[in-house]
Amino acid sequence: MAMIELMDVSKNLGGKQVLDRMSLTVEEGETKVIIGRSGVGKSVTLKHIVRLIEPDAGAVRVDGKDVLSIKGKELNELHMQIGLVFQGGALFDSLTVGENVGFILHEHMSIPQDEIDKRIKESLALVGLYGVEKYMPADLSGGMKKRVALARAICTRPKIILYDEPTTGVDPITADAINLLIDELHDKLKVTSIVVTHDMRSAYKVADRIAMLYDGKIIAEGTPDEIRYSHNPYVHQFITGAAHGPITEGQSSIIKNID
Amino acid sequence: MVLKMFLFKKRFYIALGEKVTTFVYFFGGLLSLTFQTLSLIHGQPLGVRRIFEQAKKIGVDSLPIVSLVSFFIGMILALQTAYIMQTMSSEISIASLVAGSLTRELGPVITALIVAGRCGAGITAELGTMTVTEQVDALATLGSNPIKYLVVPRYLSLTIMMPILTLFANAIGIFGGYLIGVYHLSIRSSLYMNMTFQTLVYKDIFTGLIKTIFFGMIIAIIACYEGLNVRGGAEGVGKATTRSVVNTFIMIIAADCFFTALFYFFWS
Repeated sequence: MAMIELMDVSKNLGGKQVLDRMSLTVEEGETKVIIGRSGVGKSVTLKHIVRLIEPDAGAVRVDGKDVLSIKGKELNELHMQIGLVFQGGALFDSLTVGENVGFILHEHMSIPQDEIDKRIKESLALVGLYGVEKYMPADLSGGMKKRVALARAICTRPKIILYDEPTTGVDPITADAINLLIDELHDKLKVTSIVVTHDMRSAYKVADRIAMLYDGKIIAEGTPDEIRYSHNPYVHQFITGAAHGPITEGQSSIIKNID
Repeated sequence: MVLKMFLFKKRFYIALGEKVTTFVYFFGGLLSLTFQTLSLIHGQPLGVRRIFEQAKKIGVDSLPIVSLVSFFIGMILALQTAYIMQTMSSEISIASLVAGSLTRELGPVITALIVAGRCGAGITAELGTMTVTEQVDALATLGSNPIKYLVVPRYLSLTIMMPILTLFANAIGIFGGYLIGVYHLSIRSSLYMNMTFQTLVYKDIFTGLIKTIFFGMIIAIIACYEGLNVRGGAEGVGKATTRSVVNTFIMIIAADCFFTALFYFFWS
């Protein structure tokens, strides 16, 4: 059963057609990785799923519900079912780690404080952090911030977790630890996940299926092995990280300058 | 020559059109944010803790600077009026002039400008940083309306704290004038106090305080609007903060002019 469906979604931002009749389906329990160059619309796709952005045309369905037609309490309930891990963590600077993780429980659920504290500890333990509840986000390293952001996203035990560039800006060892964490959470919480990345090591490691976004559309989709051995020249250029190829043709002034 | 004139006119109308569009867009945004904020105040559980936190930041923490500036303004007013009144040998009028000017005009406006510079800029910078680091988006995905969580507490705190701060500013400014009148111009203390309170009527104080409620709303809405609409990184936050202070100053002076005229024609 499809948990997330984007159907013919188009979005123009600042005069640029970021998504152009883009369609994507993610099955329940699946981890789908969206790859593509920076600025191609990967994060915009995620923001459509949680309705931070509304499409100019097309439809978005999550767990059978039309995201664009719900509002108020129903939209809040949808947000409770989806955990979004932002690229930079997006932790609230003025709150402690514990308050960040338990934010949604404090604000929207009538749960006793000791129960909230227990849930915060459990969520932090799931991402491998202990005794950091009283720290401020500014006291944490980049990798720890990502883990806290992940703990905040899973605090309500959502059905879906969306990861926006989870391994960007961290060292390779931390990146691998985050990949393992994504896999572990998938197994333990049985969640449906979308991971947006341009880190192919990460993509191969966590994906059930990989979709490549280019020019506002999904141009290729398959298992990690199908993508790895794809004959599509666009996919091939991207996964091999080649400077020359169809993606950079006619627009690569930087690359030409390097030559 | 005709062609030059035509091109000049064309450029002029294009520039004018752009300015008008920006102006309409800005005002539309402010009105929209005001209505959204007001609709969220009604019938929603308010975060009382957040309102108190903001009231402390805006009111209590601004008190020292507001007091200091009002004190000096009171002294300056007394000295400047003394300069003119001495030529007419009516130094005794200084007390009523200082009290009247402060309560009706200078107290509210100076307080509003200080709060706009200190707190308005702070709000824009804080909300702007939250916007560019996706914290505002994170709020929405965590089921909290960013306007209810961020704008409503600031709006209510500014609206409540502005009149309170202005009352302090008025009292301290009058005290500054009193020091000059009594110790520099040798006016008897009891006479100075009598002259202050004899001429000061409730209407003077109330008209001043009513204005400050609107000044508080103006500061909150412009500061929050600019903060929530930041584009770009640190540079965008800097530009938005400057724009917020400049626009708030202009709007406060314009609103002051409007209310002064209103009270003059309909409550004199």
